[in-house]
Amino acid sequence: MIDTSIVVVGGGPGGMAAAVAAFDAGVKDVVILDRDEKLGGILNQCIHNGFGLHKFGRELTGPEYAKIYEDMVTERGIKVYKETTVLDISEDKVVTASSREGILKFRAGAVILAMGCRERSRGALNIPGNRPAGVYSAGTAQKLINCMGYCVGKKAVILGSGDIGLIMARRLTLEGAKVEAVCEIMPYSSGLNRNIVQCLEDFDIPLYLSTTVAEIHGKDRVEGVTIAEVDEKRQVIEETKRYIPCDTLLLSVGLIPENELTKEAGIELSPVTSGSVVDQYRMTKLDGVFACGNVLQVHDLVDYVSEEGEIAGKSAVAYVRGELKEEKTVSVSAGNGVRYVLPQMLKVTDTEDVDLYLRVTQPYGKVKFHVTSGGELLTSVTRLHATPGEMEKIKLSKEKIALVKGDVQVYLEEVL
Amino acid sequence: MRKLVCIICPRGCRLEVGDNLEVKGNACPKGKKYAVDECTNPTRTVTSVMRISNKCDTMVSVKTSQPIKKCDIIAAMEVIKHTAVPCPIKTGDVLIKDLFGADVIATKDVQ
Repeated sequence: MIDTSIVVVGGGPGGMAAAVAAFDAGVKDVVILDRDEKLGGILNQCIHNGFGLHKFGRELTGPEYAKIYEDMVTERGIKVYKETTVLDISEDKVVTASSREGILKFRAGAVILAMGCRERSRGALNIPGNRPAGVYSAGTAQKLINCMGYCVGKKAVILGSGDIGLIMARRLTLEGAKVEAVCEIMPYSSGLNRNIVQCLEDFDIPLYLSTTVAEIHGKDRVEGVTIAEVDEKRQVIEETKRYIPCDTLLLSVGLIPENELTKEAGIELSPVTSGSVVDQYRMTKLDGVFACGNVLQVHDLVDYVSEEGEIAGKSAVAYVRGELKEEKTVSVSAGNGVRYVLPQMLKVTDTEDVDLYLRVTQPYGKVKFHVTSGGELLTSVTRLHATPGEMEKIKLSKEKIALVKGDVQVYLEEVL
Repeated sequence: MRKLVCIICPRGCRLEVGDNLEVKGNACPKGKKYAVDECTNPTRTVTSVMRISNKCDTMVSVKTSQPIKKCDIIAAMEVIKHTAVPCPIKTGDVLIKDLFGADVIATKDVQ
């Protein structure tokens, strides 16, 4: 049994930021456990640029962003266990992991969950047709191309217009493949606008909205797909079916926080985010267990993942030092037009400002977000537009938090 | 008038550029510059990977040191795709010099 103040599960951007923040807050025995042979997580395969604009004020590629944090981890001498898979987290914070040296057990003062997320797969979609080779999740294709140098196909259709799907459309094109279409079942893309411009429009790749893949053809290898428009209930409209010959289908159909460990530890998850229910310190409902990054909520920007890691890291330090006091806790919920708000719980303490992160349910023009407590208005902010693909952040100042009497709700009002 | 979406940062401002290159809708000066450039001389930073001549199953990720003309991207990719470089490589190393006005530099370390 290894006694450690803080154990961080996962060495991606969230975990590294959490470990560094914890170290800098004064707890030196913090360890990172990661199942890969390299720190950085998914950033290693995200070779495109656009990372770090908020955090570092410059445009970095994924590996460059990862290296900044990796260097910070190394400089501080934070112990990293690579190729180490966490198998179990117990209620009393014993973390069991499998490593090359065998089974390791850590008795932790606090645990930070930073396992990231994984992709939804074909199985989750129920696409009819055969099971030929050539159907990849977009992230798998990204790893094969960017890290291992394989060509995944020559003629591709991409289902899903989230950022990974858009980035992969450009990537395949640059590598010489023809991307016939990007299909999106929703009437809008959930990707960032800039990615629609620089990944699709730059290369004249068509984006078909309210369109899905209705069938996959081919026995050994994909030979083509049938695409079709869908109605408001997302049901295929038969007359719109058309066949596109292709040898590859990429799926970019959503990310699921990887919370198997969390579930087994009996920690309550939110059905909306599929991540833990947390308070502003990112503490889950299991005392001393914190969560940050994509395992908590799927982010659009790594910069926000790092920010959340820092919150979790600092909070874990406060926890092991016994500085996190029992406080009155109210719930934070999503009202009209808002899909979710995180944190879902708010400890009513006037020591710090709290940022509320939220996503809207559909694209809106100009909106006003209202934050209420016990029915009374705390604050309002205006945004010129809001889309589900872009996370919103509303600051709740400590003065406002001091006024919180009852449960908090965030809702939006359209400004016409 | 041309409508653009600014790609400088994830905010994605919706821009309007008039016939005399007057820009509306930008939240910062970078957006104005982007809009004018996009209408007169559009450029992009290209990111890709290169093969390593003395190591298999590993690629080195690269980017152009500055944006290159949009119309040169495909030609630049032809060169990047067909060039292999030996490791060790450090982030920032110049792997191809002066490709359409930019250097191709490594974005990761390969031991």
